[in-house]
Amino acid sequence: MVHNEEFSGKMALSVPALLELRGVSRSFGALRANAEVDLKLEAGTIHGVVGENGAGKSTLMKIAYGMIEPDAGHLLIDGVERSWWRSPREAIQAGIGMVHQHFMLAGPESALDNAILGESRPTGRWSFLPPLLRPLDRKGAIQRLRKLSDEFGFDIDWTAEVETLPVGVQQRLEILKLLDRDARILILDEPTAVLTPQETDELFKNLRKLTRSGRSVVVITHKLREVMQFTDEVTVLRAGRVTARLKTKDTSAEALAEAMVGRKVVLRVEENGKSRTPVSNESVLQVEALTLAAARDNGKPRLNQVSFDVKRGEVVGIAGVEGNGQSELIRALIHPSHADCRTSGQVRLLGVDITHTRDSEIRSLGVSVIPEDRHEEGLLLDRSLEENYLLGLQRDARFSNRGWIKRAQLRTLVNEALEAHDVRPRDAEAKARGLSGGNQQKLVIAREFSRHPKCLIASQPTRGVDVGAIESIHSKILEARSGGTAVLLLSSELDELMGLSDRILVMYEGKFVAEHRRQQGSSPYDERAIGLGMSGVIQ
Amino acid sequence: MNKSDRSWLGRALESLQPILAVLLGLAVGLAFTRFAGESPLHVLKVLYQSAFGSSYDLGMTLFHTTPLIFTGLSVAIAFHAGLFNIGAEGQLIWGALAAAVVGHAFPHLPGVIAPWIAVSAAVIAGAIWGAIPGWLRARRGSHEVINTIMFNFIAAGITSWLVIEPLRNPDTQNPETAPIGEAFLLAPFRVFDDAPVGPAFLLALVAAFLLWLFLNRTSLGYELRAVGQNEHAARTAGIDIARIRIFAMAVAGGLAGLVAVGEVLGNAGRFKVGFSPDYGFMGVAVALLARNHPIGILFAAFLFGALHKGAMDLDLETENVTRDLALVLQACVILSVSAEGAWHWLRRVGSAGKKRG
Amino acid sequence: MIRSSRLWIALIAGLLLTTVAKADEFRVGVVLDRGGKDDKSFNAAAFKGGKEAEKALGITLKTVEASDDNSFEPMLRSLSQKKFDLIIAVGIAQADAVKKISAQFPQLKYALIDAQVDAPNVTSLLFEEHEGSYLVGAAAAMASKTGKLGFLGGVDIPLIRRFQMGYEAGAKKVNPKATVVANYVGVTTEAWNNPTKGRELSLSQYDAGVDVIFAAAGASGTGMFDAAEERSKGGVKKFAIGCDSNQNWIKPGLVLTSMLKRVDTAVFSTIDSAKKGQFVAGTKRFGLQNQGIDYAVDSFNDKLLTSEMRAKLDLLKKEIIAGKIKVPDYYSKRSKTAQN
Repeated sequence: MVHNEEFSGKMALSVPALLELRGVSRSFGALRANAEVDLKLEAGTIHGVVGENGAGKSTLMKIAYGMIEPDAGHLLIDGVERSWWRSPREAIQAGIGMVHQHFMLAGPESALDNAILGESRPTGRWSFLPPLLRPLDRKGAIQRLRKLSDEFGFDIDWTAEVETLPVGVQQRLEILKLLDRDARILILDEPTAVLTPQETDELFKNLRKLTRSGRSVVVITHKLREVMQFTDEVTVLRAGRVTARLKTKDTSAEALAEAMVGRKVVLRVEENGKSRTPVSNESVLQVEALTLAAARDNGKPRLNQVSFDVKRGEVVGIAGVEGNGQSELIRALIHPSHADCRTSGQVRLLGVDITHTRDSEIRSLGVSVIPEDRHEEGLLLDRSLEENYLLGLQRDARFSNRGWIKRAQLRTLVNEALEAHDVRPRDAEAKARGLSGGNQQKLVIAREFSRHPKCLIASQPTRGVDVGAIESIHSKILEARSGGTAVLLLSSELDELMGLSDRILVMYEGKFVAEHRRQQGSSPYDERAIGLGMSGVIQ
Repeated sequence: MNKSDRSWLGRALESLQPILAVLLGLAVGLAFTRFAGESPLHVLKVLYQSAFGSSYDLGMTLFHTTPLIFTGLSVAIAFHAGLFNIGAEGQLIWGALAAAVVGHAFPHLPGVIAPWIAVSAAVIAGAIWGAIPGWLRARRGSHEVINTIMFNFIAAGITSWLVIEPLRNPDTQNPETAPIGEAFLLAPFRVFDDAPVGPAFLLALVAAFLLWLFLNRTSLGYELRAVGQNEHAARTAGIDIARIRIFAMAVAGGLAGLVAVGEVLGNAGRFKVGFSPDYGFMGVAVALLARNHPIGILFAAFLFGALHKGAMDLDLETENVTRDLALVLQACVILSVSAEGAWHWLRRVGSAGKKRG
Repeated sequence: MIRSSRLWIALIAGLLLTTVAKADEFRVGVVLDRGGKDDKSFNAAAFKGGKEAEKALGITLKTVEASDDNSFEPMLRSLSQKKFDLIIAVGIAQADAVKKISAQFPQLKYALIDAQVDAPNVTSLLFEEHEGSYLVGAAAAMASKTGKLGFLGGVDIPLIRRFQMGYEAGAKKVNPKATVVANYVGVTTEAWNNPTKGRELSLSQYDAGVDVIFAAAGASGTGMFDAAEERSKGGVKKFAIGCDSNQNWIKPGLVLTSMLKRVDTAVFSTIDSAKKGQFVAGTKRFGLQNQGIDYAVDSFNDKLLTSEMRAKLDLLKKEIIAGKIKVPDYYSKRSKTAQN
C-alpha cells in the first residue's frame, strides 16, 4: 500500500497538496450552494466528496473545473495560489480533468477519434494556421494513447464505434482522454451510477493504478459503501458547508451518514424484526411477451419478449445497468396503448387485459407510479404542493365532482398528507421547486400512495434522496407490500433491491436473463451472481 | 413571518412590473415625438383625449378592446397548454367569414336565435382552424409555431379568394361579402354615442371569466395547465397530452373566432377582406403583458385598445406626428412590455437551469 | 412645486389652444387612403390639390392618413365633430364611411373621390380613367419594339380593371398585334402600398419581353420605376408609364408619359367653390373633355414622345372627345351599380 506511506505521516507536510480550495463560497440567488468550503487533495490519493443531493458537491467541483466562478475563496495548485479559472480550458491546461455523469462522447465515431477530438492541435509546421484548421496528428495520438492504455492496463478497442462499447469501457475512454491531456487531477461525478458491481471494482482498481503515478482522483458520490471501500480521504458536505473531513480508515459508514444528514440514521433495510408476510398466489400484474421494437431499423429491440408477473403482497425487483430497457419497461406498463411505448405483447391487471386501455383509466384502476426522474416525470416544479398533489388525481372522486375540483376537500387532504408523510415545509402553497429532493420525493410518494394502489411501480424511489428520507421511503414500500400491494421495484442500488425484493429479475439488453429468489438469512441474495447477470453473463 | 412578508412585497413588485413596463415604453415613445418637434405632454393629452375623451371615444376604445380580449385569451389558453398560438389572426378571419356567410345565407332566421347561430358558426370555424395545427403537433409532432404562422397565410389567401370570387358583394368595389340579414345585427349600446360597442364586449368579459374558471376550477383545466407545465409529468400521470393539445388549440381557435361577434355582427355587418389590423398578433402582446391571466387580459387588452384608438387621432390632432410615428409609439410600448415578459420568462428558465446544474 | 405648476399651466394652455379655433377660418379636412400622401400618385395628387388651395385660397388644411380600413370612419367623424367646413375623403374604400358620417352630420359638406354617394351634402368626384388609359395605351404601343406591353394594377377591383381595359383598347388601336400582360399587386387595400411587390411583378414582366409597363397601383407603382431602371442597365431601354400624378420626373428618360388623373384640380376646384359658398351636391365627372384626364408632356419626356407620336395621341384625344371613338368602359360592361 504505497499510497498510505505517501500521504500519511510527516511527508504530507513537505509535499504540498496537488489541489487546494480554501474558503470557497458561491450563492445562486438566496441559495448558498457553497459556504466557506475547504478541500485539500493530497497527491496520490482517492478523495471522496459525499453529501446529499443539493449539498453543494457538484457546485464545488464545477468551481474546481472552471465551469462556475466562486463568489469568494482561494485556489492553490501545488501549494501556490492561482487566480480562479475563467474557463474549463484553463483548468485543463493546469492538469485538471473531469468525467461528467453523462459522458461527452460522440456516439457514431470511433474510440480513437473521440479520444483526439477537441485536443489542442500540434504547433510544428502548421503553426501558421489558426489552431482549428491545423490537421490532427492521428499517428502521434494513437501512439500516445496506446502507451497510456498499456501503462495503466486500460483495455480499449480503438477502432470500435463508441456507442457499441459497454458503459464501463466508455468511462475508461473518458479517463484516458484526460490522461492524454496530462491531467494530474481527475474529477469523477457519480462514476458508478451506471456500472455493475464488477465494473465498479474494475474502475476503482484502475483509479488506484493512477494514484500510484502521483495523480489524484476526486470521486463525487453518495454511495457510502464505495467510499469506505475505495477512498483514502473523504470530505462530507451538508447544506453547502463541510461537516467532516476524515481519513477513510478512521471512520465508518454510519459516521459519514450522520455527517451527511445531521442526525443518526439506520442504513440497512430493516423490517422491525418482523418476518415477511407471505406472498399471495394472486397475480396482480401480468406481463406477456412485451416487446418494443428498436428505434432504428438495424438495432436490437428495446424490449424483447418480456414476461413476468407480480403477485399480491410481493415486491419484485428489477436489476440492471441503466439503459438496458428498464425505463422502456415502465413506459410500456403505464402507456401500453401508445405505439411508441409498446409494439406487441400483453399487459394484464388483476386478470383484465389493459393493453388497449387509456392511460388515465389504467391509473384509476389502481396503478401508482413513482417515476424514475421526479423533476421530469413526477412534478410540476413551478406549481404549488397542492397542485402537485392533485396531479393524476384530478378526476378522482375525492377531489372532483362532475369535472369541478373540490377545493376545500383538496386543501384538507393535502394538509393531512403533508403531515402524514412529513413533507417540509408543510405549506400547501409552497412551490415544489423550493423543496429538497427528499421532500419532493415524499410528496410524490404521498400522492401515489393516496390511491391505495393495487399495483405500485416504483423506479429509483430513493435516487438523490437524503439518507434520512430513504428510511421512510423504504418502510412505506414495505408497508404497502404488507397491505397487499404488488410492487414492481426498479433501482440502480443493488443494496436497495436486495433489501426490499422478494424476487429479483435481472435485465440485460431488453430482456430478463436471470431470476433470483429471496433466501432466508442475513444475505438473501448472491450479489456476485446478480452482478454477472447485469453484465450479460448468464450462468 | 419574515419570509412571508418578503414574498408579499415581492409579489406586489412583481405585479407592478407590467405597469412599469408600460410606463417605460410610453416614455420612450413620447421621447420620440419630442424629436419630431412635438410636445410629449401634448401628445399624451391627445392620446388620452382620443381614447377616453368622450363617451364615443371611450366606446371606440372598447370597440378595439373587444377583439383584443378574444385574441389575448386565445393566445393565453394555448400558452397554458404549453403551445404558442401565433395563428389567432387566421382563426379570427375564418370565424368572421363563417359568421358573415351564415348571416347572409339565412337572412330570415328569427332575431332571437340568429346571432347565436352566427356566433356558433364563428366559433366552430375558428376552432377547426385552430385544431388542425393542434392535431399536427399532437399526432405528427410538427411545431405549432411554424404551422400557425403558415395557417395565417393560408387563411388570408383562401378567404380573400372566397370573398373576391364566389362570395363577392356585387354592389361594391371593395373586397367584401354581401351584407348579413338584419336579424343577425347586434345593436350597439346607446351610452357610447354611436360607437359600435355592443353585446360583443359583454361576451368578451364573460369569456375571460369563464376561461379563468375553467383553468382554475375544473379537472380538465387543471390537466391543460399540467400539460403546459410539464408534459412528461402529465403523461406519466395518465393525462392524454395529445387530446389536451388538440383541445386547447381548438378552444384557442374558437376564442379567436369570437372576434366576429364585434366586427361582423356588431359593426360591419359583412366580412371585409383585411378588416383586422393584426388583432391576432396584438393578442400575443396582450397575453404576454397579462402573463396569460384571463382577468389580466381584460386590462391588457383595454390598454392596447386605448393605445390603438389613441394613436389614430395623433395624426389629426398634432402637426408632426404622422401615422408612422404613432405606430412607433405603439411599438415602443409593445416592445417594452414584451421585453419585460421575455425577461421574466428568461429568468424563470435561467433559474430552472441553475437548479438542475 | 414650481415645476409641477408650470406643467399644469402648459397643459391648460395646450387645452385652450386646441379647443378654441379661429372664427373666420375656412377649414378643410382631407382623409387620405392607405397609400398615403407620399405615394407619388393618387393620394399625392389629392394632397397637392389641398396644398395649392391652402396657398392660393388661404384656407386651413388638415390632412390625415388612414392606417387601416377601420380608421376611415373615426377619422371622418373626428373631423366632422370639429365642424370642418369641407371634408374630402380620398379613395373608393371610404364610400361606406362617407355614407354613414354624412348622414349623421347633415349640416356639413363632404366630397368623395372615385366613388359615388348620393346624399344632399356629398359631392362625388368621378374620373373617366378609361379615356386616359386609352391614350397611354396607344403611346405604349407606339414606343414598344416587342409589341408586348405590361399593366400593373394595385388592387384587383373594377376601378383598376377600367384602367386596364382602356389601356388594352388604346394599344390595340395602334398595333392590333400588341399583347398586354396584366398583374395585380393584391386584393386588399394593403396592395396600394406595397412597392416591393410592385417591383417584383414589374421585373418579371420586363423579363418576359415586355418593354413598356403602365402602373395604376398607388404607392406600389413606385416599384415599377425602380424595376425599369434596373432592367435598362443593359442598354436596352425599358419604359414605364406613370399614373394619376405626373410621374415623369421619377426616372427621367425612362418614363414614357403619365396618365394624368387630375385629382389635384378636382380637389382644388371643390375647395374653391365650397369656399365661395357654391358647394353643389351630386356627381361631377372629369374626363379628357374638361382636362380632368390627360397625358403628361414635360421636359422629362420631351424626347421620348416624338412629335409624330404626340400628333397621333392628340388626334385620338380629339376623336374621343368628339365621340368618334368609343373607349370601352369596364363599368358599363358590368352592371351599372358597380360604381357604388
